[in-house]
Amino acid sequence: MATTTKEISIGDLGARSSEAEPTLQGETMALNVGPSHPTTHGVLRLKMELDGDIVKSCDPVLGYLHRGDEKIAENMTYNQFVPYTDRLDYLAPLANNVAYAMAVEKLAALEVPDRCQAIRVLCCELARVSSHLLGIGVYGMDAGAWTVFMYTFTEREKLYTLFEELTGARFTTSYTRIGGVARDIPDGWLGRVLEFCKGVLPVLDQVDKLLTRNRIFMDRTVGVGAISKEDAISYGLTGPNLRACGVDLDLRKDKPYLGYEKFDFEVPVGTTGDCYDRYLMRAEEVRQSVSIIRQCIDQFPEGSYYAEEAKKIFAPQKAKVLTSMEELIQNFMIVTEGPQIPAGEVYFEAENPKGALGFFIVSKGGGVPYRLKIRGPSFCSLSILEKLIPGHYMTDITVILGSLDFVMGECDR
Amino acid sequence: MAKSEFAHLKERFDYLTERESADHLAVNCPADQLVELCTALRDELGYDLLLDVTAVDWDAQSPRFTGIYHLLSTTKHEYLRIAVDCADSIHPSLPSLCGLYAAANWHERETYDLMGIHYEGHPDLRRILMWDEYPYHPLRKDFPLAGIETPFPADDVAESTNAKVLPAPMAGGPFVSSADGPMSQTEPRARDESWNEQKEKPVE
Repeated sequence: MATTTKEISIGDLGARSSEAEPTLQGETMALNVGPSHPTTHGVLRLKMELDGDIVKSCDPVLGYLHRGDEKIAENMTYNQFVPYTDRLDYLAPLANNVAYAMAVEKLAALEVPDRCQAIRVLCCELARVSSHLLGIGVYGMDAGAWTVFMYTFTEREKLYTLFEELTGARFTTSYTRIGGVARDIPDGWLGRVLEFCKGVLPVLDQVDKLLTRNRIFMDRTVGVGAISKEDAISYGLTGPNLRACGVDLDLRKDKPYLGYEKFDFEVPVGTTGDCYDRYLMRAEEVRQSVSIIRQCIDQFPEGSYYAEEAKKIFAPQKAKVLTSMEELIQNFMIVTEGPQIPAGEVYFEAENPKGALGFFIVSKGGGVPYRLKIRGPSFCSLSILEKLIPGHYMTDITVILGSLDFVMGECDR
Repeated sequence: MAKSEFAHLKERFDYLTERESADHLAVNCPADQLVELCTALRDELGYDLLLDVTAVDWDAQSPRFTGIYHLLSTTKHEYLRIAVDCADSIHPSLPSLCGLYAAANWHERETYDLMGIHYEGHPDLRRILMWDEYPYHPLRKDFPLAGIETPFPADDVAESTNAKVLPAPMAGGPFVSSADGPMSQTEPRARDESWNEQKEKPVE
């Protein structure tokens, strides 16, 4: 086991030094954490075996939030499923909406206009900022740094006001449609996004001052929960958790979609893969996202916010439905039978805040998917717990779970 | 481009056939060659990230189940989809990839849980999303959307309370519309019929 605290040298941190390793062998204790416990950020349950303060084995129990999303998807039209994608990674619903719509569009070989792509880029990046702000905040809280949460949560609240203005909902946005987005951006919204960007950077600096060189935070995170590069790849980790281990894989760079190749941004990559690195990844990604948002708004394209030629896929404007026969029929067909998608198989994944969110869709034609499989990045992030946790102190578990930044909504589906 | 990539693979692994795909390269592989193929893909061709393991139930078709694997190369940034048909439609089984990719462990458990495919050589093939005692595989096409009445997982509780796990009520959700009957009946609506479009909601 390469990741035990015993083997990681972290200087003179008394409690974790090798002398503190107990030589006495006593009875082990079974400990249940969750499914309802603040540490587990949702309904994750960990069955652990403890030897004193050290965890000997860990068996994560999932399924407490299983809703059968994949079964439900087989029984409704492509558009009806959009609200269900909100509830996968419910801390970044806008990004989930986009990933799902793009998977279906790929199957239909449908290109959305530039303006729609730009709106979607903004959605994805704002969702990333929102998700990481919360991620860093609660992670700080897990490690005992309460103040950070107050700062980041305030910023996230401002974002939610922007989301509400854009989509009509703060939390479950359901904003994209197959072939476009639900509505165009409101007047002056881009200006308010820029204002937010201006405000969030000083807050990040404050978070930086509160955490990055904070002795207590470092003691609790540096060298704790280190994942090797090989393990990370073998366990199928993606996103910041994978990059923290030194693997340079970001789908926005390596498999560009939505025109990400036009933007100039850096992909932060870690070295040790410990809890501290995972914090650094997220903090830096927020800055990069802000940079992408600014570039995107700088050259915001004019045009349509949906693919106008996709008559059998994107429902027409409400005003036209009520006045024109052709649009009425079109609207009726899309609402009752769903957007018409050709037969085929497609797998698309997008770089979401938590990692690569993938959709595998098998279509036999028509408006309902024959099979839809969701690949939730949190599911993979948690699968490494069995290997990662044994050997750590019980108090470290809180920090490790916080650093992995998982969401049970997309893990259990 | 995909064609030449496939030709390249075919040269090396002559048992592969190309599979229809709307995006990246996809191949059909016989079940007994899967482990050999994946070993070579991982060690020599750089497909080191196993993203997803799942299966498709083709219902009345034979073979009924097809296992699907998605691989990504972290160096070449190429996707690959491998499809493997299960020869036996009654007791479908596939070789496990746990020895190659640690990620396969949970993905295969999930596919076993929801689809009922046995992965030969899996070290710990337990259910993962449904509870251990659950008797069905809910993602199969013959499993009804609402669910089936099943025994309560805790025997002692079931004995004293007579509790059962009941199917989802067939009204109130977005999936209640049945295909037959007039629109007024098939439209999704709440179980509580004491008020509707015609009758006003009673004041509390």
